[in-house]
Amino acid sequence: MSSTSLTAGRWRRPSVLPGFGLTFGFSLAWLTLIVLIPLATIFLKAAGMGWSQFVDVGFSPRAIAAYRLSFGTAAAAGLVNAVFGLLVAWVLVRYSFPGQRVISALVDLPFALPTAVAGIALTALYAPTGWVGQYLDPLGIKVAFTPIGITIALVFIGLPFVVRSVEPVLADLGKDVEEAAATLGATRSQTFSRVILPAIGPALLTGFAMAFARGVGEYGSVIFISGNMPGKTEIAPLLIVTQLEQYAYEGATAIATVMMLASFSILLLINLIQAQGRKRMGA
Amino acid sequence: MIRVQNITKRFGDYAALHGIDLEIQDGEFIALLGPSGSGKTTLLRIIAGLEFQDSGEVFFNGEDVSQRKVADRQVGFVFQQYALFRHMTVAENVAFGLSVKSRRERPSKAEIRARADELLRLVQLEGLGKRYPGQLSGGQRQRVALARALAIEPKLLLLDEPFGALDAKVRKDLRRWLRDLHKQMGLTSIFVTHDQEEALELADRVVVMDHGRIEQIGRPEEIYMDPATPFVSHFVGETNRLAGPSGGEIHFRPHDVELVAEGGQAVLVDNVFRKGGFWRVEGVAGDALVEIDVDAALPAPAVGETLRFAPTRQRQF
Repeated sequence: MSSTSLTAGRWRRPSVLPGFGLTFGFSLAWLTLIVLIPLATIFLKAAGMGWSQFVDVGFSPRAIAAYRLSFGTAAAAGLVNAVFGLLVAWVLVRYSFPGQRVISALVDLPFALPTAVAGIALTALYAPTGWVGQYLDPLGIKVAFTPIGITIALVFIGLPFVVRSVEPVLADLGKDVEEAAATLGATRSQTFSRVILPAIGPALLTGFAMAFARGVGEYGSVIFISGNMPGKTEIAPLLIVTQLEQYAYEGATAIATVMMLASFSILLLINLIQAQGRKRMGA
Repeated sequence: MIRVQNITKRFGDYAALHGIDLEIQDGEFIALLGPSGSGKTTLLRIIAGLEFQDSGEVFFNGEDVSQRKVADRQVGFVFQQYALFRHMTVAENVAFGLSVKSRRERPSKAEIRARADELLRLVQLEGLGKRYPGQLSGGQRQRVALARALAIEPKLLLLDEPFGALDAKVRKDLRRWLRDLHKQMGLTSIFVTHDQEEALELADRVVVMDHGRIEQIGRPEEIYMDPATPFVSHFVGETNRLAGPSGGEIHFRPHDVELVAEGGQAVLVDNVFRKGGFWRVEGVAGDALVEIDVDAALPAPAVGETLRFAPTRQRQF
């Protein structure tokens, strides 16, 4: 046994789960076909335009403003979702009440709804003459056509990610762990901050990462509520579409490349943090 | 001294406890023994403050703690599935009870660390403080849970099926170790078990429960030798039941019999096997199945043979 594992290399040990070669090969081929090749063409296009032109277009003041807006609002929406999504997951897991299944189904609705529908509905609500907007407007709070409106749209889109990633972990975290903390003299807030939150932290981070990633790429629901003023409320995905409409394919690919690299770096970082956490828990 | 007075508890339509009275002296090691559904865990949780009774009182040293929250009762509780904090190291788990104290009462960081080390030494896990619970065996996790409960210097230690999730060998070792630890510390302790062997081996006194009632309280040998009710007789130890001559039932242990030449009870032998220093004989006596032990110095009884025996010690119910 030990000699085969030595000759086969360190990372390929004899396993009770056969078919690693086949499944890994197939996954790789699938990922290549679905994800890698389309993304690679963007890189190829961008590579054809020369470094200085790439920097000119990809880091123009208008593009930088768009990146800042996209990543900033996506991060803000991810944080809001992390807090309130956790609350929703908590209520769904820890209590039973009439209408629980309906609420649970409502959580998934943003997944199913065409994003443009969400955008139009939110704009109608928050426009200065809308149901909610008419009360906010006299207070000097403008939601539609500002970054706040964009954030609200992204909160709507990203909610299911946090709820669905936290829910199973919360359910798995037994009640006895909370009871143990109580017998040891911990208050409710100490139990939450020192026992529950660290235990569900990785799942919460996953939910945040997915909501954030979705927010960065989101287009349909945002363009209605954002107002699309270049340099102010123009998100990066819209900037790409604008470039395409003007047949500026190089510009579009340059911006897409920058966004992709930034998103990938952030997601990779979050993954590394989680791997570190898993290693610590000895699992 | 712990006193439980007339405790009742219902879960919906189901009555879990009917008027439980129990008194526990300082330093006693008490077993709550009963089948599942007997209410033993509910009673333990009410004493801890994890569950609240519908009526009745709980007193710690004469003080009524019935309405006091678990965090204020200063009891150590060891959970069946350990309930360790998986994201904390072993040392952090043990120190948790000290680190959540209010700033005024909290010992310094160095003191907390020293106390955790001391407790880990006590439960023989010295040097494992930096590990995570996921890296320990079941028996080790249970000892971490115990050290964590002891860290708050509880007045009372409560253990819910403490060995339930462990394999037989580890169970036995841990049992002996826990008994020694109790002798050494003298901490008043109550543990819940459905395993009679565990109860009889460890406890100073055993509380046998069934259907939310206490059937008998007594020292292990009293429970075994003089069961107060048919339930106790049947639940603790091996018991044969025969119809009594004047109605009712006669109960006797397999080892409390002698073979007689004539008279006594006839038994038709079905099966014979070696059990320690005895032949265990299974057979039919009248319309009842009985098991009796015959001295292994005698030749083994043959299947199909009829033996005659008389109980040397029996209880009439």
